[in-house]
Amino acid sequence: MLSAIASMTAMGAGLGLALGVAARKFHVETPPIVDEVEALLPGTNCGQCGYPGCRAGAEALADGSAPVTLCPPGGRDLALELADILGVDAGAGGDLDGIEEAEQLVAFIFEDHCTGCTKCFKRCPTDAIVGANRQIHTVITDACIGCDACIEVCPTEAIIHRPKPRTLRNWYWDRPTAEADGDTRLSA
Amino acid sequence: MSILPFAGRFDPARLFAFKGGVHPETRKFLTAECEIEEMPLPALIRVPLQQHIGVEAEPLVERGDEVLKGQLIGKARGPVSANIHAPTSGRVIAVGHFTAPHPSGLPVPTVTIRPDGRDEWGPRLPRLRPENATPQDIAAQVAEAGIVGMGGATFPSAVKLNLRTKYDLHTLVINAAECEPYLTCDDRLMRERAEEIADGAGIMAKALGVKEIIVAIEANKPQAIEAMSRHKRVLDFAMKIKTVPTQYPMGSEKHLVKTLTGQETPARALTAELGVVVHNAATAHAVHLAVRYGEPSISRVVTVSGRGVARPANVRALIGTPVADLLAHCGGLVEDPERLLLGGPMMGLPIQNMRVPIVKGTNGVLALTPAESRDQDTMPCIRCGLCVQVCPMGLTPFELNTRIEAGDLEGAARVGLLDCINCGCCSFTCPSNRPLVQTIQYARGKLAEQESRKHQQEQAKRLAEARTARLEAIAEAKRAAMAKRKAEMAAKKKREAEAQANAGTTQSGETVK
Amino acid sequence: MTAPILASGPHTHSRFNVPRTMLAVMLCLSPATAFGLFHFGWPAVLLFSVTLAAALLFEVLCLAIAGRPILRFATDGSALLTGWIVALSLPPWAPWWVGFTGAGIAIVIGKHMFGGLGQNLFNPAMVARAMLLVALPVQMTTWVPPVIGGPGGPGFQEALAITFGGGTFDAVSSASPLGHIQSQLDAGLTMDSILAGMGRVHDQLFGFVPGSLGETSALLLLIGGIGLILLRVITVVIPLAVLGSVALLSGAAWLIAPDSFPPPQYHLLSGSLMFCAFFIATDYVTSPVTGFGKMIYGIGIGALIFVIRSWGAFPEGAAFAVLLMNACTPLIDEYVRPRIFGRTRAGKPLELGDTQ
Repeated sequence: MLSAIASMTAMGAGLGLALGVAARKFHVETPPIVDEVEALLPGTNCGQCGYPGCRAGAEALADGSAPVTLCPPGGRDLALELADILGVDAGAGGDLDGIEEAEQLVAFIFEDHCTGCTKCFKRCPTDAIVGANRQIHTVITDACIGCDACIEVCPTEAIIHRPKPRTLRNWYWDRPTAEADGDTRLSA
Repeated sequence: MSILPFAGRFDPARLFAFKGGVHPETRKFLTAECEIEEMPLPALIRVPLQQHIGVEAEPLVERGDEVLKGQLIGKARGPVSANIHAPTSGRVIAVGHFTAPHPSGLPVPTVTIRPDGRDEWGPRLPRLRPENATPQDIAAQVAEAGIVGMGGATFPSAVKLNLRTKYDLHTLVINAAECEPYLTCDDRLMRERAEEIADGAGIMAKALGVKEIIVAIEANKPQAIEAMSRHKRVLDFAMKIKTVPTQYPMGSEKHLVKTLTGQETPARALTAELGVVVHNAATAHAVHLAVRYGEPSISRVVTVSGRGVARPANVRALIGTPVADLLAHCGGLVEDPERLLLGGPMMGLPIQNMRVPIVKGTNGVLALTPAESRDQDTMPCIRCGLCVQVCPMGLTPFELNTRIEAGDLEGAARVGLLDCINCGCCSFTCPSNRPLVQTIQYARGKLAEQESRKHQQEQAKRLAEARTARLEAIAEAKRAAMAKRKAEMAAKKKREAEAQANAGTTQSGETVK
Repeated sequence: MTAPILASGPHTHSRFNVPRTMLAVMLCLSPATAFGLFHFGWPAVLLFSVTLAAALLFEVLCLAIAGRPILRFATDGSALLTGWIVALSLPPWAPWWVGFTGAGIAIVIGKHMFGGLGQNLFNPAMVARAMLLVALPVQMTTWVPPVIGGPGGPGFQEALAITFGGGTFDAVSSASPLGHIQSQLDAGLTMDSILAGMGRVHDQLFGFVPGSLGETSALLLLIGGIGLILLRVITVVIPLAVLGSVALLSGAAWLIAPDSFPPPQYHLLSGSLMFCAFFIATDYVTSPVTGFGKMIYGIGIGALIFVIRSWGAFPEGAAFAVLLMNACTPLIDEYVRPRIFGRTRAGKPLELGDTQ
């Protein structure tokens, strides 16, 4: 009886010690999650998340005060990756599904209203607006991330968001309507 | 309901050359005996500047210009592009956007010409004598003539003729399988213009530097086989006519090569890696016209067929002829078609707007009635496995479909989504009539979109970084400039001070003196 | 004019569709069914009708509850076929409620619980048969001798009493020759004496033996099965694999120990094996889709049938064998895939010069 107690105690103490030593010795510095998150974010500092710049957004994400879906330019993929890193359950929850449906938006300049003030051009985080002083500006849709920066600064409200135009090159067939088998109940 | 049609599914005479495939009723009899007829000039011609895979051509004319037949109106941009020529003489009444001959109905840059009725040729391309021309000359001439693959793929032919520089080629295959139901334009062309096609094939063989030519024709075109068989040698090349089994999709490049040579082209590779290049029969004819007569690619033979058309026919029509005019030439529609198609019933593109023009890759205009399309209500998948049996690519379409419906596009890509050739065998045969092909095409488009969005995000990140770097550089430069100015100011002050001091000493010196 | 439809190709379709498939299967089943009905007289006809009607009724009820288009789905023939197969696997003079319950189990539990047509993991008819066999051992093993060559069939009035009124009749103890052999073996008789005491193998082939409603005539079932193959409704793989593996195993066992195993022809000519090989194991929904997968599946069923018949508690193992292999179908489909054109089995692009 005594020997059993003694041996168990000894074993417990020994293993505990070993674990403690191992924890000290093989301690791994967990990388600061903020940096990791920031690396994922687009880095355009567009401000659509409501935080001043991607760094601030990353900090908010890291301390959990912002949802993983905060970044519209990143879209659904980014949200999934963020959820993965941050260990948030993105799952089949409604909020993630919502994003997928959101169409990609790009800025569009009404040429009639543009005065060529170059304000938007200076403000664009990805240099997606080309133009010069007193010249009508135009948006390079492939570079535009659909942030609000230019829309906010335009003095004549000549810039709007619109869905990225479809071209013959990027057109594809719609998903066939699911109704067909009368199977609306399981399609969700 | 009759059970008899099942018997049609069992016919030992039908051979299988590759795994999978289907045998749809060909209904070629509608037009097989219709000689190619010339279509009179339409009132208006709309020539899209994008009729090929690759970059659209750059317009060379403006509104109000007078053009002559064969005049270059769109210039190829970049290596994968094709020239566009005026199909007839007349006045350019618009250079802008018009609905594309495509199911999306999206606009495409288009040159609209009002023919003047004289059909007057401008200067043609210089003629070449293929006997003494170099491969480079031939390829250049084909590029100049704006010839693209006329079987429907519309890949610029000159690019394919230049494959000789990269691969060790030994065989040119002329694809005259014409496996799509209804279409007989290649069949008729071979019956009526066998010699010209053979000559075109010889010219292409010369450009490719191959040793032999194989013309592959499906067994259901005996007259075409006979007509082509009269030509055993062209331009010093041996030409073999091979009869291939009537099996859809025999006209698929890789499956045709497999049937002819027994070799399977690796995934994501070209048949050229096996030393084989495949060109369409109609393309060979266009090459003949371009090289021997200097005629650019401005017309093609189109099969106008389907039970919805009053008088099915094979018509040689100018590129840019509106579909409505073609149908009117063939007696118009007898009833509202359920499907109006450009191309064959298996892979053709449906359109809604009859004013869109035919283009270089349009081999058929079909108006199908409900009895022909056999549209039915979709039923749930019963896992019968027919789609797996008929898939010529060895895919499991029903499984792709399930995964895509569940939103698992990546999973679908893992089990072969990107290997699909859209041949339509699975949907054709599906007893539940499920839109398998459309689901697969949707998934591929969606996947490509996601891919490009990801790419774009990386791009945006780089742009943003570049911008930050630039702004910093500017700030740095400003700071440097400021520092420099400061330093200069200081130096100046110092100099001034020194000068003053010197002056002082001098003065004092003077005083000492 | 109405605008033409904008949908991706193909724009034409084969004549093949679900109702026609079901119809073809029924057509191929009808010789054996007709023989069974004729053979077992009016009670069999009544039971058959009740079971089919019940299947249709339950299908309509389930569709209504699921909120699906009733007309389109109920007329696809699948429920009727399920009911048909359930009926053929019942003892011919069983009371009406056995057929009614069987159809209910098949349609409600076997099919609609899983999500309806195409979603079920297990063959609905076999779910019903297995459940009935376990739950109603007496009713499910009460056999009658065939009417033809037997004591003469009951009239319509008597038949009504048998099917609906709980009327009594002289039952025989075991269904098939195999069951007979097993019970005799258990009783300690030798194989030779048992075989000598049994009728000719011909009777088994043509179906002049007691048994389930539609499973007695191996020959007619074989003809129907070949019809299915000729109509291209099924491929030859599963029937061949099932019959082949049963023949091989039973042949080997008989050669090794002729005292305790009946000769292979008794196995092969039992109608239930033919029925299973051509009409049950080949059910689209619950069998693998690739040729090789079908082969594994068929061999599995054949082996299980032999094992259950030889050492199990039931003389006929088809239902349980099919259900067990149904459970393996998703696994088989996951691992047995066709080779993609231009790729190796592993999914890598072919190497050049590799002319596989």
